[in-house]
Amino acid sequence: MIKVEAIHFTYPTGVEAIRGVTIQIEDGEFVTIMGENGAGKTTLVKHFNGLLKPTHGHVEVDGIDTRNASVAELSRKVGLVFQNSDHQLFSETAEEEIAFGLRNFGFDAQTISKRVEWALNLLDLVEYRKSSPFMLSGGERKRLALASVLAWDPQIIVLDEPTIGQDYQQKEKLREFITQLIAQKRTVIVVTHDVEFVAECRPRVILMSRGEVVADGPATRILTDYETVTKVSLLPPQVTQIFLRLSDLNLPSNIIDIYEARRLLSARILKAGLR
Amino acid sequence: MRVFEGLKFKRASTPIHRLDPRVKFLISCIIFITAVLFNELLPLLVLFLAQLPLILVARVHREWIQSLKGASIFAVMIFVMNLVVGYMSPTSSYTISFSLAMAVRFLVLIASFSSFFLTTSPDDLGLALEESRIPYEFCFAFTTAVRFVPVLANEAQTIVDAQRSRGLELEKGNFMRRVRNYIPILIPLIVSAIRRSLELAEAMESRSFGAKKTRTSLYSLRMKSIDYFVAILTFALFFFAVYVRMVVAIPRIEIFIP
Repeated sequence: MIKVEAIHFTYPTGVEAIRGVTIQIEDGEFVTIMGENGAGKTTLVKHFNGLLKPTHGHVEVDGIDTRNASVAELSRKVGLVFQNSDHQLFSETAEEEIAFGLRNFGFDAQTISKRVEWALNLLDLVEYRKSSPFMLSGGERKRLALASVLAWDPQIIVLDEPTIGQDYQQKEKLREFITQLIAQKRTVIVVTHDVEFVAECRPRVILMSRGEVVADGPATRILTDYETVTKVSLLPPQVTQIFLRLSDLNLPSNIIDIYEARRLLSARILKAGLR
Repeated sequence: MRVFEGLKFKRASTPIHRLDPRVKFLISCIIFITAVLFNELLPLLVLFLAQLPLILVARVHREWIQSLKGASIFAVMIFVMNLVVGYMSPTSSYTISFSLAMAVRFLVLIASFSSFFLTTSPDDLGLALEESRIPYEFCFAFTTAVRFVPVLANEAQTIVDAQRSRGLELEKGNFMRRVRNYIPILIPLIVSAIRRSLELAEAMESRSFGAKKTRTSLYSLRMKSIDYFVAILTFALFFFAVYVRMVVAIPRIEIFIP
């Protein structure tokens, strides 16, 4: 469980990136954090594993104040996958890359090789085990970065902009993958701009703007609230936009799912046909 | 990475910012040469403190202190190295004050160049180089390098964060281990710097860099009377320092170990 209590954070440059944020994320929850560029999303998640310590207020991870624990200790619980995988890949082979974190956390050799094997399989990277991370494609590098964090099996997984630069199929795989993690009772926190991606996953949505939380609730409620969503430079999902424009037909306005939309529309058409 | 904070230029309009970049560069160079002339603690301290008024007038003291803080670890290293080497040679009677002087000398150098970069815009710097008849390619390479220092510093910070999130502890282990801890930081940093430079080259070529041999520029630098005055004053102080070096016996500050 992550408990964030009235935190403020000011960078050494004087920029106040977080201005009084209070949230609580329960175990096994699936949360997305959305908001315009510079809203403080990445700054906020960097507090979850202690990379940043709040200037005011405090952050607790499983009851431990992040000020009293090292980044390494907290990262064992909270796996943070950065936006740009090029900022972390450095090893000679993909295998080595995955083993890096495991070595840092002091796993024994046998466990390391088992976990590396598991992570390679999980993210479909077995054929690249001996390849240099720098020779992989963008999507593969992203998967490798994810594998290298999942390998130590953190209870809470934070993904910063995982869908950027991914094609539709890869996004679909990522979505399935997140669903799997949640089925395994992991907590998943995703920072993203990708409204369509979020709409399909239906998580809890936290909207941020200028260092503050402006809305917090289920995706169906938050993403269909046109005013709030546009305030943080986002747009509601396309299906929702269609339904908002069809509101004079007495259709519900809180639809974010294409399948539900189809069901509603075909029922309506059927009824009209019968008449 | 804090050292780089002290090299980031922020636009402002103080008398120091408005000074001709060539004059400011002259001041930094004179401070550099003077610092090398002396190896006694007292004049080096004077040289260090003499920069304070300039920093305060330019209102960059906060950034300046940041860069000194970042550099202080190296100053401590210099102090310790000198102390160790000094104790091994038998003729040293004032090792501590000498080692301290060496550390202060290093800080003087950092301080003077930090104040130069803090108060000179990269554009002015490029212009100054061009008007010194240095080939444009070199000027461009230099200003680009300066321009990318903060970008690289930001990137380095992100990489450090990413690797720490994977359990890397930079401060852990003995000296050799600590040096090795930096490999996961340096490789991504170098790779991305090279990648960035290739992209920059392509972007420049697509905007026809170097299409014409002769270049003109919109702005040109002109020395004003205040610039001449400051330059002459700087030279005067320099000659005074040389005079002191050659003629005056400098009192030593002795620090003894009880």
